[in-house]
Order: sequence, then structure tokens, then C-alpha cells
Amino acid sequence: MRRYGWTLSFSLSLLLLLPVVVAAAPLAERQILENGLTLLVRSSRALPIVTIKVTVQAGSLWEPAERAGLADLTALLLTRGTTTRTAAQIDESVDFIGASLSSSAGRDFSEVDLTLLKKDIPKGLELLADVLLHPIFEQGEIARKVRELKAALRKRQEDPGEVAEEVFNQLVFGTHPYGRPLEGNETSLTAITRNEIVGFYRDHYTPERTFITIVGDVDQREIVSRIRTVLGSWPKGKGSVKRAMEPAPLQEKIVVKKVDRRVTQANIILGHQGIRRDNPDFYALTVMNYILGGGGFSSRLVERIRERNGWAYDVSSQFSPGLEPGSFQVVLQTKNETAGPAIQEVVRELRRIREQGVTDQELVDAKAYLTGSFPLRLDTNAKLAGLISAVEYYKLGLDYADRYQTLIENVRKDDILRVARIYLRPEGYVLVVVADQVKAAFSESDKR
Amino acid sequence: MVQNLADAQVTARVAESTLENGLKVLLLEEHKAPVVTVHIWYRVGARNEQPGITGLSHLLEHMMFKGTSMVGPGQFSRIIKKNGGRDNAFTSEDYTGYFETFASDRVELALKLEADRMRGLLLDPKEVESEKKVVMEERRLRTDDDPVSALREAMEAVAFESHPYRQPVIGWMTDIEGLRRGDLVRYYNMYYVPNNAVLIVVGDFKGEELLPKIRHYFGSIPRAADPPAVRAVEPEQRGERRVLLKKEAELPFVFMGYHVPNLKQPDNFALEVLAYILSGGKSGRIYKSLVYEKQLALFAGGGYERESIDPNLFPLYASVMPGKTAEEVEQALTAEIERVKNELISDRELQKAKNQIEAGFLFGQDSVFNLARQLAEYEIVADWRTWEAYLPGIRAVTAADLQRVAKTYLTPDNRTVAVLIPEKMKK
Repeated sequence: MRRYGWTLSFSLSLLLLLPVVVAAAPLAERQILENGLTLLVRSSRALPIVTIKVTVQAGSLWEPAERAGLADLTALLLTRGTTTRTAAQIDESVDFIGASLSSSAGRDFSEVDLTLLKKDIPKGLELLADVLLHPIFEQGEIARKVRELKAALRKRQEDPGEVAEEVFNQLVFGTHPYGRPLEGNETSLTAITRNEIVGFYRDHYTPERTFITIVGDVDQREIVSRIRTVLGSWPKGKGSVKRAMEPAPLQEKIVVKKVDRRVTQANIILGHQGIRRDNPDFYALTVMNYILGGGGFSSRLVERIRERNGWAYDVSSQFSPGLEPGSFQVVLQTKNETAGPAIQEVVRELRRIREQGVTDQELVDAKAYLTGSFPLRLDTNAKLAGLISAVEYYKLGLDYADRYQTLIENVRKDDILRVARIYLRPEGYVLVVVADQVKAAFSESDKR
Repeated sequence: MVQNLADAQVTARVAESTLENGLKVLLLEEHKAPVVTVHIWYRVGARNEQPGITGLSHLLEHMMFKGTSMVGPGQFSRIIKKNGGRDNAFTSEDYTGYFETFASDRVELALKLEADRMRGLLLDPKEVESEKKVVMEERRLRTDDDPVSALREAMEAVAFESHPYRQPVIGWMTDIEGLRRGDLVRYYNMYYVPNNAVLIVVGDFKGEELLPKIRHYFGSIPRAADPPAVRAVEPEQRGERRVLLKKEAELPFVFMGYHVPNLKQPDNFALEVLAYILSGGKSGRIYKSLVYEKQLALFAGGGYERESIDPNLFPLYASVMPGKTAEEVEQALTAEIERVKNELISDRELQKAKNQIEAGFLFGQDSVFNLARQLAEYEIVADWRTWEAYLPGIRAVTAADLQRVAKTYLTPDNRTVAVLIPEKMKK
């Protein structure tokens, strides 16, 4: 492979271009059931397959700090047994129809995903409703999953990139949920009780906190009526729930953290807090970041660090906006010996874009990609379901496809300069270097 | 039940042509989304390399983005992006593939750029040196600092004695370092010729309009001598091989690889079904036993390297849980293999594996990129039409076939076992 995948923000990698006219149709049809459950349906009849994504306001933002991992554990256990089915029976039923069913938590929301053949919709919905409404949270299954998560946390220490990510988030967000792994840690996982899991499920997995996105070979009215049959009686939630709000702001200084490992490459992350998804500057920042380090081979960071110097295979920058301000980070790996010069180059690029902005050509090219690649975000059921659910969760409107075009098109050079100056902070960042520290020695002056 | 759905075989809609210079063209119209993907794959990969020049196919893949007389270094991807597209490339043991995906009205741009770099590469010495450094970083990232990939590399180097499948696609570090411009020029001239390539376009276009354009851009590129065949044949393995790798890691890891036939042999269908029995989903036997019931492994599974020019491996793997040993995990994996040999698989379990394969076949057609990749891969390793035989072959597999292939191929004497021994991490 010659390069890395694209991740720009929360799976919103980015949209459509050209003098192509984007369909002015909404991304999906929305319908709200009597119990507050929202359904978003998009028919796509090319193949007899269906993708169903359940999105619940039950991410790690809603868990107490001393119970880190509670949201994730709850989500993972949904498919590990119900009042009438064991975990093994669920697995076998799903596999027998060639489907896939998975559940997981994120920081902002939790998800249950089901992909299946059209002909198996009745069976699939029955299973889906069962794991949503009647999870049993059996003690043995909890213990098993906790052991697995602890082992996974250990194994992650083998990956220097993951180690860097963990340390970086902790330094940037402190005790805020954005600052810790979704899985929690050894101590918090040991502390979580079955009652706490049941309580978290009861308070957060309720129809008015949930929406379901369905993309594929379905008739809108028929699928809505099928879902009403299996989930219409899901009782509304009772209490009010609280979540973590804004993380404490980062101190305005440079913080350097070195982790020593016997690796051949320094894994480097440099960055700080970023923006919320509802920040109106999101679009100007998207264009700015594409030019800086989000645009792969069209980006300045790849040009300087990979193409010109051969220091890295992969270098990129990204904002990760969420309900709360996520991070801004530049990530790269380079042999231990060139860690210092590569970091210097990154800081120089941050300064340059803040001082000089971007050229007319860079702006035109970035917009052309961001708007022109839109069809590529809508060409499979899975991509559509992901986009529709993100658009719904962050309240971007089902006309987002069209609005996005306009919002990107309207970004001007002075907007780029303005947002670069506000949101990039080369004077106050966190720098994490996981490396063989003897070989990667760089002086403090390297980062100025 | 699924049968009639999947029988609307996608291959029936593929239009094949071969230009006079030997370039094979496969067109598949898919009008569900206004996008198109253009793939051009060359019949060259690590399989064509010799000791000392490993990684050459992959370095050349990188150099394909570093400039022709028409398109400057690094401009290729910029042009594609400006047009709202995404492009990339990949190298395997058997092939090197390039693709561009974008809104369907841009299709001609990809044809023009690909035709240009098929024969117009500059291979500027400065760019070669710089890109070698990038590839060395890629090797550090993907292999040297990743204990599991390093283990897989070690296993393959031992599983194959004489066949070039023993060589890592990215190349050994000292080989990458020693590659020279002359190597690249020779290789490029030998393999990057129309009669050694296949062009696949899938998506929203009209074949009768596109084919003349393809002729226009590629038709005048002269045919060259056919590249030399790879003649290496791996001899039969007569006794288990073992390889240990010590690296800084938290948990042990086990790989096992058995030599098996590829899709050109009739037994491939039974082996494919067997791979699903063992590791298809969470009810697959390996996951269910090692991960769920015994909790010996954090994750575990297997696969079957079926789409491969020469016979390849049937790998199994497991990440050992804390407090458990590699030996216990190895025994548990072996026990699952023995169980297949000793007990006939039930009708329901056999049907489950077939259902998973059939459903997967349909899910895989949701993306034009994936359709193009499948067609290209089948064409390179055998012939794209062999894809048609897949579902009928799978449906015909019986429980007795599974038992027979397990007994024939999954024997201790025919396997390589690789174990990662963790060295203490610095804390």
C-alpha cells in the first residue's frame, strides 16, 4: 500500500463536487413512533440486502469517571444474552442467516449494527428487538467480557501508536471522558457491578434517546410498520440523565511527554483541544485542515515530511469534533533518529498556515475535492447509514448533502486565516513521543 | 432460498475485450450510484522477485506516483483529488493494482493518466532515493514495530522453502535499502506493458461509449515480450516446522499455516467452507471454543488463501490470553482441526457456513470498488470467469468432503507453527 486510509473527523470524511448537481432529495425519510423512537429510512433497491444502525445517546459521556468503561461494557453485553436467548444462541442465529450483528459504545453515542439479507428481515428484527429490549446481563457473561477488555487493554500496549493516543488524550482532556479509553481501565472495570450495568441500560437505552437508520431494499411504510410491531411497546424512559459537559481548558503552554519503548520508529502526536461539531467554523476548519494535513497527498504536511524529506510513510492532521470539543492532532511515525527534525517541521507548518493562510489554488483544489467527492460517501449502504446517523445525531439536517456543498463553497481565504489563528495553537500544545528515547533524543529547542 | 438471488450472477454482465496489444479489458455497468471505479492491475508482485531484490514490485508501485513527462512528481493524486476522486495502489504476492474512484463523468481522466504512466515513468534518481526512505518507514510501521505482523512474516519465510511466497511483499529491510534505479527500470520495462495488465471499470457508464475511449488511450501502446514465467514449485512438506520470534510484547501469539491447494484445484470449495466452519462469525468453532468457552484467546480465527496464483496457506491464528500459554492455545487449535477429521459436521452447521458465504457474496457487491477488486483478483490469479464457479462449487460441498480435506491437508507434518515470545515491555 502506498498510503493510509482517510479519517476526517467522526467518520465524516467529506463530500461532493463538480458541476454535478447533487440530488436535492433528503438523505432519508424520518418518522417518529408514538413512544418517541425515531426511524430514518432510505430505500436502495439495487441489491436484496439491508443495513440497520441503532444509535443511542449512551456514550462514555454519560458514565461516571470512577466507572470508566461502563458505557462500553453495557453496549458490548447487549448481544451476550437476553431473557430468552443465550449468547451462543444469538451468535448461531445471526450466523445462520449470514448476517452480522454487533454493538459498541463510542464517546458520544452507542450503536448496534445489523447487516442482513432482505429475506431475513423478520428474523433479523426479532433478534434486534430482543437484544435492545431484553438483555439479561448475566454475571458470567459480565466477568468474561471484563477479562477480555482487560486483556485487550494490555495487548494495546504493544502498539506504539495506540500508546501515544492514550497518553495524548489523557494529557489533553484530563479526567473528562474524552481523556480516557472507552474500555476504561483495570481498576474501573473491576469496580463495575451488575447493578450499575443494569442501571445504565435502564436509564439510557430508551426509545426517545434512540433512533434507527435503515438503508437498503425496503419499502418505507412496510419497514416502519414492522419496526413498530417489535419496538412500539418499548417503554419511554423515566428519569433524567446527566452527562459530562465541556472538558477543562488546556493550559496555555507546551507539554512534552516521552514514553520509552524498544521500537524502530518514534510515534508522535502533537495537538490540543479542538472544536465541537456544532461550531459554525467546522466548514472553514475542514477546508483549512484538508490543506494542512487532512488531504493526504494534497496536504502540506505530506508534501514536506514525506515527499520532500522521506521522513514518514504516514503523516496527517485531524480534528475530531463531537458533542464536546474533541482534539486536534497531527500524527506521524518516523525512525527514532529523525523525530526531532520532523516535529520541528510540523510546528513550522502550523505557524505558516496561521501567519500566511493558504493560496488561491490550494483553496480551489480543496473545495473541489471536498464537494466533488460527495458521491463517494453515498455509494454503499454502510456508508449511507453511517452518514445519515451522524447527520441525525449532530442535528445537521437531512438536507445536509446540499447544505454541505454551499457551506464549503462559501469558505473564503480570510476565513481560513481566521480559523487557523483561533484553533491552531503552536504556542500551547501537547507533544507525545513514544520512541526509543536514546535514539530519538531531541533537545527542547527542537520544538520551538 | 438465497440461491435464486445470488444466481443472478454478476459475472453474466461483464463485457470482456482484449485490445490488439494484449491489454485485457473488463467492463461492468452498475448504475445504482453516480460513481465509477477504474482499476488497472499488473501481473507482477513479490512472487516475481528474487532474493536480494525483494520489495522491488512495491517500491515500483510507489514510484508510479513520482512523475512522468506529462505529470510531475506527486501531481497524479492531486489531479484525481481536484476532480473529487480518490486513488491509491497496493502490491501483493501476485499483483500490483492501481485505482481511481470518482463521479462517473470523470472516468476519462483516469484512463488518460493510467495510460500515461503505463509507459511514461521517469524514475528520477532523486525521487527513487527519497521514496526508498518512505518505504523503509512503511516497513518499520507495518512490520518491524508490530509483533503480530513480524510473526506472520517469520511464519511465511519458514513455511515456503523454494517458492517466492516466502518473501515479504514490502521486502527485507536491507534489500529495500539496496534497490537501485536500474533495478526499477528493468522491472518496469519488463512488467508494465499492456499484455501484462488488466483494466477493469465498474460503475455508472455505458460500455459502448467507454470502449472506444479505452482504445484511444491505450491502443497505441506497443505490445512487448511476455514477461518470464515464475517456475518455482514448493516441494511437499515432510514434517512440522517451527519458528519462534522474540519481541517486546504483552501477550504471546500463535500462527499455524498448512499448505493447501488454491482455487485451481477442485478441493478449494471444501477448504473454503471449512474456513467458515472454523472461523465464520462468533459461532465459528475456533472463536466459540478458544475465545468464548475456554477463554484461552483474546481473539482467534483463520482463513484460506484461496485466490492465489500458486498454492498458498490455510492459516489459523490466536492471541493468547493473560495467564494462558501458547502451548495451551496451540493444543486447542489442533483439537478443533482433529474434531473436523473425527466427527461428521451436522447438516445445520454445514448449511450455516454456506449461508454465510452466499450472504457475503451479495454484501460484497454493494461497492463498485469491491466488485472491481474481485474481478481483477480472479482475472490475475486464474481467469475472471472462475468467479462464476464459486457459488455452485460451494453448494456442492458435503460433510464428507470437509472431513476428507481436513484429513488430507490439515496434518501436523504439513504445517508451520510460529510463536511470538513476548519480551518484557519497558514501562
